[in-house]
Amino acid sequence: MRWSDFRLQQFREFIRPLREFTLPLLALVVVVTIWYSERLSTPPVEPGPLHITYWEKWTGFEGDAMRAVVDAYNKKQNRIHVDLLTVSNIENKTLLAAAGGNPPDIAGLYGPNVAQYADDSAIIPLDDYCKKYQLGPEHYIPVYWEMGYYNHHVFALPTTPASTALHIDKAMLRDAHLDPDKAPQTLEEMDAMAAKITTHKNGQLDKAGFMPAEPGWWNWGWGYVFGGRLWDDKDTLTANSDENVRAYKWVQSYSKNYGATALSSFKSGFGNFSSPQNAFLSGKVAMELQGVWMYNFIDQYAPNLEKPVLDWAAVPFPYPADRPDLADMTFADEDILVIPRGAKHPDEAFEFIAYVESQEGMELLCMGQKKHSPLAQVSDDFYKKHPNPYIKLFAELPRGKNVRTPPKIGIWPEYQAELNNAFEEITLNPDRDVKAVLQHVQDRMQPKFDAYREIRRLRGDTP
Amino acid sequence: MTARRKEAWTALLFVSPWIVGFSTFLLYPLLASVYYSFCDYSVLHSPVWVGTANYTTLYHDEVFWKTLGNTLIYTLMALPMSMIVALSLAMMLNAKVRGMTIYRTIFFVPSLVPAASLAILWLWIFNGQQGVVNGVLQPLLDATNGLLHLLHIPAALSAPQWLSSPVWSKPALVLMGVWGSGNAMLIYLAGLQDVPQALYEAADLDGAGWWAKTWHVTLPMLSPVILFNLIMGIIGTLQVFTVPYIMFPGGSPERSTYFYTMYLYDNAFVYLKMGYACAMGWIMFLIILVLTLVALRMSERRVYYGGS
Repeated sequence: MRWSDFRLQQFREFIRPLREFTLPLLALVVVVTIWYSERLSTPPVEPGPLHITYWEKWTGFEGDAMRAVVDAYNKKQNRIHVDLLTVSNIENKTLLAAAGGNPPDIAGLYGPNVAQYADDSAIIPLDDYCKKYQLGPEHYIPVYWEMGYYNHHVFALPTTPASTALHIDKAMLRDAHLDPDKAPQTLEEMDAMAAKITTHKNGQLDKAGFMPAEPGWWNWGWGYVFGGRLWDDKDTLTANSDENVRAYKWVQSYSKNYGATALSSFKSGFGNFSSPQNAFLSGKVAMELQGVWMYNFIDQYAPNLEKPVLDWAAVPFPYPADRPDLADMTFADEDILVIPRGAKHPDEAFEFIAYVESQEGMELLCMGQKKHSPLAQVSDDFYKKHPNPYIKLFAELPRGKNVRTPPKIGIWPEYQAELNNAFEEITLNPDRDVKAVLQHVQDRMQPKFDAYREIRRLRGDTP
Repeated sequence: MTARRKEAWTALLFVSPWIVGFSTFLLYPLLASVYYSFCDYSVLHSPVWVGTANYTTLYHDEVFWKTLGNTLIYTLMALPMSMIVALSLAMMLNAKVRGMTIYRTIFFVPSLVPAASLAILWLWIFNGQQGVVNGVLQPLLDATNGLLHLLHIPAALSAPQWLSSPVWSKPALVLMGVWGSGNAMLIYLAGLQDVPQALYEAADLDGAGWWAKTWHVTLPMLSPVILFNLIMGIIGTLQVFTVPYIMFPGGSPERSTYFYTMYLYDNAFVYLKMGYACAMGWIMFLIILVLTLVALRMSERRVYYGGS
């Protein structure tokens, strides 16, 4: 027998009595591991502030702005400590966390989520809290309060708001021998200017004056520009209304005039929105419908539009010449704070929300994100310090009568997908009958809307 | 307790973590999803029994048929393409050449790129104006146009708009799929190395050439591996999701890249119709089951198992 074999045998002899204990020992190791990891993940309760969890979608400077508000709140008092966590794909995760019974105390969702989440009881009504903290419609620019108000209850309060305007690259107007300080008032004027600005190179589009498909975020909403609506506020969808048909014919006119393939080929060459290759920032498209956030990207990626002279402008989006009553039309949107169903500390959560909704908290947040404030009262200092030269326009437009928001209906995501698809059909096929396409949307979505309302009635949500 | 019984209990104890995990995270959700497919269920409300309503609605849902059609067309294009490419690569990489392990690694590495990064990368490669693909293709087409012009044939061939044309979006995805055929290639390669050399030697003695050896020796010996890759390919391509979901939001253009699993996902997590999505999931399961059984049945006479 070799020496090593002898040692091995000796070792086997030594552990023989231990073999009986192998299984219980393994079980013990598992139990101890679970116990220890649980102990590590749940810190012992210590006297001190109550920790509440807040999930937010923002990253980058927008995330930093909210972190500053959270820090200010945590410093201001010592009873509650808000733990801010950045969460991607926040709508789904909040929903599933609520379904699993372990949601955050506060979640930062998007304005158009309200109807769907409220219908599904994923978020709780905030009426009593609003009363307690004296937060009512008078505290806000009406549209931003309205977006969180649904089915006779307040479900959400705004964080940062948005409104849209036509953004103009003045240099591109000059290049086309147009007066850079004369913005188009009507759609007809804009179309004429766009035709002068649009140029070709090697048989392809090189520059465009305006493109309804760029940036493509309001493909569902062009009807509003012509006075159309998508819903009658009761039980009927109105995708096929005359105004909507007229709007999408106008959209299609761009494909007819410049060529559907030429436009889509041109668009396919654009880079990411948040990059210097952005169509507007890189001088490819002269006039674009954009929101209040656009200033941040101009500042970051296209400083040539700011210095040495201010070479961009934001003006109200043009109206059809025969509908001057539609002047100053804007799309309003907002990010919101909600308390998911099953949140452990709703009272404390709302205390923090109330701080965000105060003039101090809101101006800190909106200044950080370089947007306007959704509140009715704004300090003079806010506008003085604000870097966006057109911030007052973005704050004024949503106060007007032509402010528009997506319909507050639970099936909006599906309706929106259908409208976006119709937009593609219309723009990629200049010969397609607009009325028939919109009628198809109507025929597909109305029965779904009826079924949705019926389900809500059966659930006892509506009479 | 007899020794045999004791042994059985011990075995069960050892597999119990798996049994618990499997039952909780797979078996229960699987069975529950059968039930939910007959319910109106939005995740947050309790499920309400609606009978076969979800299935009948699906039958009348044109987007369901559109996505199913897209998925089947994609499978018909992508599956043969990726199988042929993977098999050809494997045969080439089976040659006895110096430094072969390096070549094998090079061809396998693309399969390790995460799908999400891949999607972003290909967005640029297929970019209509600045993409590499069209950057190479357009000069070639221009030259062809020039040549045809000399022959007095009017032609204006232009590189396709891979991402924005409903006609070209699916072929673009198929081409991308080839990029990830490294896994199948590796399995083919393992199969190829298992083919007994004696058969080739015998074929040589019979005076067989390269083609005869491939057709009469390699492919029959490789047939079980081809069948395996075919079935895995059917399952994989019918469930294509990540790359088109990132590259073509909403299945644009004109829903030409809206695949079955994308519609299923949207129903479950965007439209909150979990019951409807569950019904879709089970229909897909049945489709895959039938196709797999058909593949197995059709292969009975064509697949040669060395051991049998």
